[in-house]
Amino acid sequence: MPLLSVDELTVTFGGRDRRPSTAVDGVSFTVGQGQVVGLVGESGCGKSVTSLALMGLLPAKGVTVGGRADFDGTDLLTLSPARMRDLRGRELAMIFQDPLSSLNPVVPIGLQVTEILRRHRGLKGEPARKEAAQLLDRVGIPDPGRRLKEYPHQLSGGMRQRALIAMAVACAPRLLIADEPTTALDVTIQAQILELLRELVDQEGTALLMITHDLGVVAGLCDQVNVLYAGKAVETAGRRELFGHPTHPYAHGLLGSIPRLDAPRGEPLHPIRGSINDKIAWADGCAFAPRCDHYTLECLTGTPELTEPRAAGHRVRCVNPVLPAVPPTAEVPA
Amino acid sequence: MSLLELDGLKVHFPIRKGILFDRVVGHVYAVDGVSLKVEAGQTYGLVGESGCGKTTLGRAVLRLTGITSGEVVFDGTDLAGLDDEAMRRFRRRLQMVFQDPLGSLNPRQNIESILAEGMAAHGIGADREERREKIKEILARVGLPADALNRYPHEFSGGQRQRIGIARALVLEPDVIICDEPVSALDVSIQAQVINLLEELQESLGLTYLVIAHDLAVVRHISDVIGVMYLGSLVEEAPSDALYAAPRHPYTKALMSAVPVPDPDLEDRRERILLHGDLPSPANPPAGCRFHTRCPWVQDTLCATDRPELTDTGDGHRVACHWTAGIEAGTLVRTRATGIEAVTETAAVAEEPEAADAGPAPDLVSGPEPPAPVPGVPAPAAEADPKLPVPGVLGGAPAPGPAGAPGAPPPAGPGEAAEGGHGRTTGGAGQPAADRG
Repeated sequence: MPLLSVDELTVTFGGRDRRPSTAVDGVSFTVGQGQVVGLVGESGCGKSVTSLALMGLLPAKGVTVGGRADFDGTDLLTLSPARMRDLRGRELAMIFQDPLSSLNPVVPIGLQVTEILRRHRGLKGEPARKEAAQLLDRVGIPDPGRRLKEYPHQLSGGMRQRALIAMAVACAPRLLIADEPTTALDVTIQAQILELLRELVDQEGTALLMITHDLGVVAGLCDQVNVLYAGKAVETAGRRELFGHPTHPYAHGLLGSIPRLDAPRGEPLHPIRGSINDKIAWADGCAFAPRCDHYTLECLTGTPELTEPRAAGHRVRCVNPVLPAVPPTAEVPA
Repeated sequence: MSLLELDGLKVHFPIRKGILFDRVVGHVYAVDGVSLKVEAGQTYGLVGESGCGKTTLGRAVLRLTGITSGEVVFDGTDLAGLDDEAMRRFRRRLQMVFQDPLGSLNPRQNIESILAEGMAAHGIGADREERREKIKEILARVGLPADALNRYPHEFSGGQRQRIGIARALVLEPDVIICDEPVSALDVSIQAQVINLLEELQESLGLTYLVIAHDLAVVRHISDVIGVMYLGSLVEEAPSDALYAAPRHPYTKALMSAVPVPDPDLEDRRERILLHGDLPSPANPPAGCRFHTRCPWVQDTLCATDRPELTDTGDGHRVACHWTAGIEAGTLVRTRATGIEAVTETAAVAEEPEAADAGPAPDLVSGPEPPAPVPGVPAPAAEADPKLPVPGVLGGAPAPGPAGAPGAPPPAGPGEAAEGGHGRTTGGAGQPAADRG
């Protein structure tokens, strides 16, 4: 039984005076204990809104949330704000993309860390301070005693992100949601932070929901990957399966358009044409069809379903998937 | 003769203090002595992390930022010595494409007006009609519809805006285009479109590019030669393929190993070299080799005292490291951990580079001993190498701890931090990560 199982999550913005716009359109996935699950996609695919919905951080007005998000028997989407506050920070925690704007600029780091310890673990005074120093030390912040007295602007970007991770893991949460945790960081600092997350998952068995646009990060970290496009999962597979045989034209196109460090020079890139603005409503067909090289009239007849055209567990939402000319050797009954 | 040659380029920004009397209390050494050559028709890629001075360097070439000293020789003329009017005329031949396509286009000008402005300033095209024809031709070339002329920047998507930025550079028929992070603001699928466009244009128009970017994979894809910058200077330069096949400077090695590759098998297999701590402040760079405070191979001699010069090490590589040969041969042992310990072990105390002159330098270890090699000429180290390292360093190598060379510099006292960011750990002594109960 997975720790978190999200079923047909739908988030729609807008209401009476605005044309409603659906950011997340029926997304389903599960995250097990000690598992790293990736939500990948470009800007506007609904990955961040998914995480905000799970954490109960969407504004109360002007947003309609549908579906279920079952976290160890409780539906996160229908919890009362008070129960959610109790769970958030203790059982679920989140790391945001921009560490500077998610820390309070006028409160010292120490106070921001001990706030969580006081709220959820009842620690106060010296024990809380000690625990906070230990948390900072654990995420590799040198001289934690001094850093606790400093303000966010006095820390470097990498150190701020570490401080946020320290706060997120303060109560040993069972589920950690990381929304683009390394996008604002330099590549050597990114490597440090990813290693830290990897260790957390290995040692504590934390479930990690990793939200990113970087397929390289996904390849090294995630067990299971969901590729989102225009609010829907278009491909779901284990990472080896996905990177070895990207089957949805969008996932295939994404992998073809990334310059790779290990590719020989001069190998051309194969970009996806158009931009995210060229999409059609899922209700009318496949939202990716206007940018797709494989598209046929069949793509415009209603929402395609998730199917398993290649292998079990590798689900693809496409009527014309990218399949190898020779299908993989299937077990043909003699 | 190369088309563009930088020789000892320095850009220092003064740090001022005082209300009534303007005093200069220090400098930010943004670019601190960079020499490189960009050949006609080729692409030179400059990579480095934020704060390494790569953007300042690009702006200094166009003299959008004042040059402190050094030469920028373009087609035989030293741009650093030109007066403003002569420089203005030269800018037709050296154009720039900026990172933020929306921020670099005036929202109140339509596309025709944006593109025609530069043409008018440089006297290209006799009248409006002629300019319009030329602009239409360029727009078609960068893949924009002709009706873009009368539209405004906000009506375009990010990728299209970047095409407008490229068109703005192209209408002046430049020889060199400096691309400062040309694709980093764009989504992955759009990045590839713009990269392909830049390559096509280079091929058909014979352009020369200086591409400045933090994304090593992008730079590797489009560059013929790559220069790696760290804290204001080049640490390594090599042809693109050679650099990827065999990075020689410790920083390049770490940088390469940190770039995620979209290939799960490769990701699981390859070794990651994690660095300690953060980039030191360019206002207060460490003495000696700028990288020695984070270098996994830091040695007790030279590193903290002598600044290495960029030296030819064969195969087109130029490397600024005293110990290249020893690291290549494997005779030098890492003195700092590069695994997860580099991240979780905060060891003893943060060391501050302010104390550089007083000495985080390991003066207790090898102070009285005059270093054998001539400073600035590390090449002889090649033969002498196995003997050179202080025995203590080599001796401690296979010890049980992952690093913890006994010769590692002792922790200096806790300095007063001017700014977070240059704390680092010393040694890598076998202190286990503090686990929470």
